[in-house]
Amino acid sequence: MTAAREASRPKVVIVGAGPAGMRAAETLVGAGLHPVIIDEGARAGGQIYRRPPEGFTRSPEQLYGSEAAKARALHALFDRMAADGLLTHHPRRSVVAVRDGQLHVLAENGVQAIGYDRLILATGASDRVAPVPGWQSAGVYSLGAAQIALKAQGVALGRRIVLMGTGPLLTLVGAQLLKAGAQVAAVLDTSPWHQQMKGLPGLAARPAVMLRGLVLRARLGTRYRAGVVLERIETDPDGPVAVRWRDSGGRENRTECDMVGMGWHLRAETHLADLTGCAFSYDRQWHQWLPQADRLGRAGNGIYLAGDGVRLLGADGAETAGRLAAAACLADLGRQAPAVDAGLRELARLERFARGVSRAFPWPAAMTRGLPDDTIVCRCENVTAGMVRASVALGGGEANRVKSLSRLGMGRCQGRYCQLAGADLVAAQAGCSPDAVGRFRGQAPVRPTPIGALLHEG
Amino acid sequence: MISDGRIVRLAERDRPPVRFSLDGVPCHALEGDTVLTAVLASARAVRVSEFGPEPRAGFCLMGACQDCWVWQEEGPRLRACSMPIAEGMRLRTLPPEDWP
Repeated sequence: MTAAREASRPKVVIVGAGPAGMRAAETLVGAGLHPVIIDEGARAGGQIYRRPPEGFTRSPEQLYGSEAAKARALHALFDRMAADGLLTHHPRRSVVAVRDGQLHVLAENGVQAIGYDRLILATGASDRVAPVPGWQSAGVYSLGAAQIALKAQGVALGRRIVLMGTGPLLTLVGAQLLKAGAQVAAVLDTSPWHQQMKGLPGLAARPAVMLRGLVLRARLGTRYRAGVVLERIETDPDGPVAVRWRDSGGRENRTECDMVGMGWHLRAETHLADLTGCAFSYDRQWHQWLPQADRLGRAGNGIYLAGDGVRLLGADGAETAGRLAAAACLADLGRQAPAVDAGLRELARLERFARGVSRAFPWPAAMTRGLPDDTIVCRCENVTAGMVRASVALGGGEANRVKSLSRLGMGRCQGRYCQLAGADLVAAQAGCSPDAVGRFRGQAPVRPTPIGALLHEG
Repeated sequence: MISDGRIVRLAERDRPPVRFSLDGVPCHALEGDTVLTAVLASARAVRVSEFGPEPRAGFCLMGACQDCWVWQEEGPRLRACSMPIAEGMRLRTLPPEDWP
């Protein structure tokens, strides 16, 4: 390719090399573009198709179970495109800021600016966690952490494990740990059976997936309990020693453990979308703020959103959304774009399923609203529920006011793990709904960035 | 399998050993371990919370929570969940003593 043609090609940058980012890259490459993919992982894959380091020997079947063929296909596709020089892959890098068509990218040797004409954000999701008294203790992890430890490192994060929360990942991680030989003492689901039944009409949009979930659930046997009320994680200075909970009949239980995994389905990772100026709206069903985009993922100003970072449809939905966002990007560039009708129909089906999931496995709002005053809500800076409630009396029920008065959301995770529960506490105290509380303003850098790395920014 | 640590190795145990130190104590890990896996194979935590009494051992393992930053003898901190362990690393659960 001549330098002139190279220079005339629009520069499309993709953030995230999970299923959405990889399929977006494939679509752009198919149209003759050379995308740049920036990703925090050492190897492309994202979280659900995360690959262990080089030299590990378990097969994709062992790592990804029923999803092995999809993982294999995506990894092979991406590696082939990278080997053929059809894209530029920047692994182990974090985008820490976006401004004026420039991404500020943190690598081990400093921050580098990378310009773009169009930007596809495929930033994925992390666990949506709710505080439970004692959760700040070492040895309490997210469900995703338990899965990553097993998949990418071949380890269990404790000798005797209690999993808590709700959603598909709760059952999946429990079954995966059991299969790998870990000791799982209990899997505690805060969603009662009658609530899970309400999700059935939506879940029926993907009968095979629903059936697979039921099979995994059956493997958990009596370890699995639905409709539990979580009281607290008992700890000693070393970590968890037991979980106190009440079963659906109100009976008190205590399960000994040295590790807890928790998660209530997923929370979209939206910090970069926020910095690019995307509009947000509160989604009552997902109980969180989500960036707005059209059906293809167009968010305006040359920004496209794909995957769990904009709509929580899971890995299959992310693949489709990645293709659609890239197609929208190509169309907007005046290039020939692939047809989108089949993809849009597929997304609509996955959306029905996802709505079923959100109905069956809801956020535990009653639990978060009623947290005892001494419960830590912000793990970063040990801000308690009582401190959050007190700040409402001082400054009113607005998220950023509460943040500046209580420091909730000001810590090193930048609100990723406290914002939702914090909004529930504020709403209950102020007598409003969580969406009326608003959301934290996004702040750069979205990852901790050493001063030295910024001094040498080129 | 592992005596004092938090984790249990369930698979991928046939990897070459890597030597590092934690708070001055010589430790062993396996090649391909993250710093977090390496530390938690021998110890119960990677750091002490600045805001409470409890030690911390990571939370999300995907670079989102920033709970697992660990000190090095030479000063700069590492995010333990995303950094591979390397031969000769000298890690600390507390800031170096001459840290301001």
